[in-house]
Amino acid sequence: MSEANESAVRAEVRAWLEANWDPSLSLIEWRNRLVDSGWGAPSWPRQWHGRDLPAGLVPAVDEEFARAGAVGVAKVGIRVMAAAVLLAHGTDDQKRRFLRRSLTGEDAWCQLFSEPGSGSDVAGASTRADFDGTKWIVNGQKLWISGAQKADWGLLLARTDWNRPKHAGLSFFVIDMHQPGVVVQPLQQMNGHSTFNQVFITDAIVPPENQVDAIGNGWAVATTTLMHERRISDGIGRWTMRASERAGRVYEEERVEIEIALAPYKWYPNRAGRVDLVLPRAKETGAIHDPVIRQEIAKLLVLAKSAEWTGRRARSAQEQGRPQGPEGSIGKLAASHIARAAARVHTAISGADALLTGPASPLDGTIAEILVSVPATSIAGGTDEIQRNIISERVLGMPREADADKGKPYKDVPRNVVG
Amino acid sequence: MKFSFSPEQEEFRGAVRRFLADRSPTKEVRRLMATEAGWDTAGWKALNSELGLCAVRIPEAFGGHGFGFGEHCIVLEEMGRALACAPYFASTVLGAGALLNGASAAQQAALLPGIASGDTVATLAAAEDRGGWNANATTLAATKSGTGWRLNGHKSFVLDGHTADLIVVLARAPGSTGTAGLSLFAVRGHAAGLGRRALATMDATRKLARLEFADVDAQLLGDEGAGAAAFERTMVEAAACLSNEMVGGAARLREDALAYAKMRIQFGRPIAAFQSMKHKQADMLLEVELAKSAAYYAAAALDDGDADAPAVASLAKAGASDAYLQTAIHAIQVHGGIGFTWDHDTHLWFKRAKSSEVMFGDANEHRERMLRLWAA
Repeated sequence: MSEANESAVRAEVRAWLEANWDPSLSLIEWRNRLVDSGWGAPSWPRQWHGRDLPAGLVPAVDEEFARAGAVGVAKVGIRVMAAAVLLAHGTDDQKRRFLRRSLTGEDAWCQLFSEPGSGSDVAGASTRADFDGTKWIVNGQKLWISGAQKADWGLLLARTDWNRPKHAGLSFFVIDMHQPGVVVQPLQQMNGHSTFNQVFITDAIVPPENQVDAIGNGWAVATTTLMHERRISDGIGRWTMRASERAGRVYEEERVEIEIALAPYKWYPNRAGRVDLVLPRAKETGAIHDPVIRQEIAKLLVLAKSAEWTGRRARSAQEQGRPQGPEGSIGKLAASHIARAAARVHTAISGADALLTGPASPLDGTIAEILVSVPATSIAGGTDEIQRNIISERVLGMPREADADKGKPYKDVPRNVVG
Repeated sequence: MKFSFSPEQEEFRGAVRRFLADRSPTKEVRRLMATEAGWDTAGWKALNSELGLCAVRIPEAFGGHGFGFGEHCIVLEEMGRALACAPYFASTVLGAGALLNGASAAQQAALLPGIASGDTVATLAAAEDRGGWNANATTLAATKSGTGWRLNGHKSFVLDGHTADLIVVLARAPGSTGTAGLSLFAVRGHAAGLGRRALATMDATRKLARLEFADVDAQLLGDEGAGAAAFERTMVEAAACLSNEMVGGAARLREDALAYAKMRIQFGRPIAAFQSMKHKQADMLLEVELAKSAAYYAAAALDDGDADAPAVASLAKAGASDAYLQTAIHAIQVHGGIGFTWDHDTHLWFKRAKSSEVMFGDANEHRERMLRLWAA
């Protein structure tokens, strides 16, 4: 893309914002205006609320919005992935019904993939969808579902054919969460927070027009969704996004939207181990004078800094249009090591105070929360063991793990009994 | 701060790698490590006549190419990878480094061109029987004698000290303590009164010597009493440079172990198919890549004149020390019994990992140095 092109786009955005941006509108009124203009999702096709802009020019548009202080389309929650996946795989009718309301934030979404019986092996889903001649009837149980209580719609991965092998028997649907057959129950984690839910599905109904892509093609659609999830959580950081503090109706409503969406993720920085708190805590407690603890702190900093620079190496290669080397694949595994090491160091620094929890414990309970949140890091988004499989197979070219279920009709594959 | 190599740098790396693959296969490493000198003139000359490697970081005014630590560390990484037996680290990182940090411009003009061309092999003698690479522990005495100086005492663990033509020596004024009273001196390798003895080293690819000084004539480098700062700076650079050499060796070990695991068949399949092997290889990749990032960052920090460079160099040295040795331990384990034999090459890198771990201070020492800089 040329610079001239970028400055033309910037000028166009600026002119449009000057004529249209109005912080006294309601959030939904403003976003409808935005969606009509195509500036809310500029890289999308014109036909679907976009402007066909190359992805490389989107940051320039975002910068112009930031400069004007203008609020964008809804960017928090699973709705962002839902919109992306429907844009890629949905029918025109589905795009008409769902895209606009996802962009305006009127509809909230959740992702119904994982199950009690299928964690690392997501394709082993055993929630079933059976066609009764006019509609799909869904039965099963989903787990680790964030935002399910507030969701209007769910992205559902369900098994439609038990005689075909694991992946080939899956299909993808949009399910209405507001129906009697769908019951959402919060799941309490070991750190006391409830970020995720269990969703019990009993004879729930999905009309045929909510089937996404072909029957038996559900795994491909789910993979698109997961790819977007990775990109979104890598990029804007769903749980650290901040709303503007300006006054005006549209700002107030966006603040509420973001606060509600991010509330379940408040503890997420703590699960990474809070390396940033280590030196201040060591100085404050005097542990900085203990030669053994000094070594542990230093080991942690070596690890954390080396991982940070490894991430920058990977991004730098990408920015120069060169393929990432193996350094691009180890970030998640490194994060697990860092989190565990940080928890050990925080424990050593706190001494007996590490026995406590709550407001009277160190840093108003933050240290205690770190200690009981860190175990999530090596599990969520792919366990360390799965990461090592991926690295050894895809990066190092080692033989793939044998799939005991490969080629077998899924009905004959041993599964967890969930009762 | 740059986080990736330019196409020119990658091309340079390729040239060095091809040269070393050709000139320094392990057969040649084994031949040279069995000699007392540890290197030979023919290989050393080729290194300089074909690629001009000793000149890389020496300023153009002094006969060098004037590149930075980025390029210098590419050479070192490749040398660590090939386990090249040459006094390259001693001459270019330690000898030339100490002169660049501590000698006067006139002295640099006189001494550096020889190092740049490879005609002079230089080194730095700082450590003694006790005290490691801490300037404070220096006991070697320097006394004025007419217009020159005389050195008395000893040095040890001197890299290529028994073969170097030019030895930069850290010495102290009699009666001084700590880092005060320390100066750098230049001594000729064949100076009268200098006794040189090769040490029996566990890592035969890295030769060390003990030097005895009995009234040895020496030339003061730079200002009297200014030796400690120049020496410390040289040690920071040495830590960063050695880290890069180390990650080269670690990467080679990792790659060789991976290739072996893919080839070695047990229980009817390549051992690479066993998940315990796959996970070990993933862990090895993690450790090597993290250490690489720190080593590269340290070289870039030196080139940028980053005030944080001393802490970062120590971080890189601590990371590389742990990663290299751990990778060597894993590599032997992956190879099984054959990996514990003399005839198999893995032990050559294992021993280099060990010597590198200890050289210029081990991981514990560098972690402490880093923390003193970052947290007092």
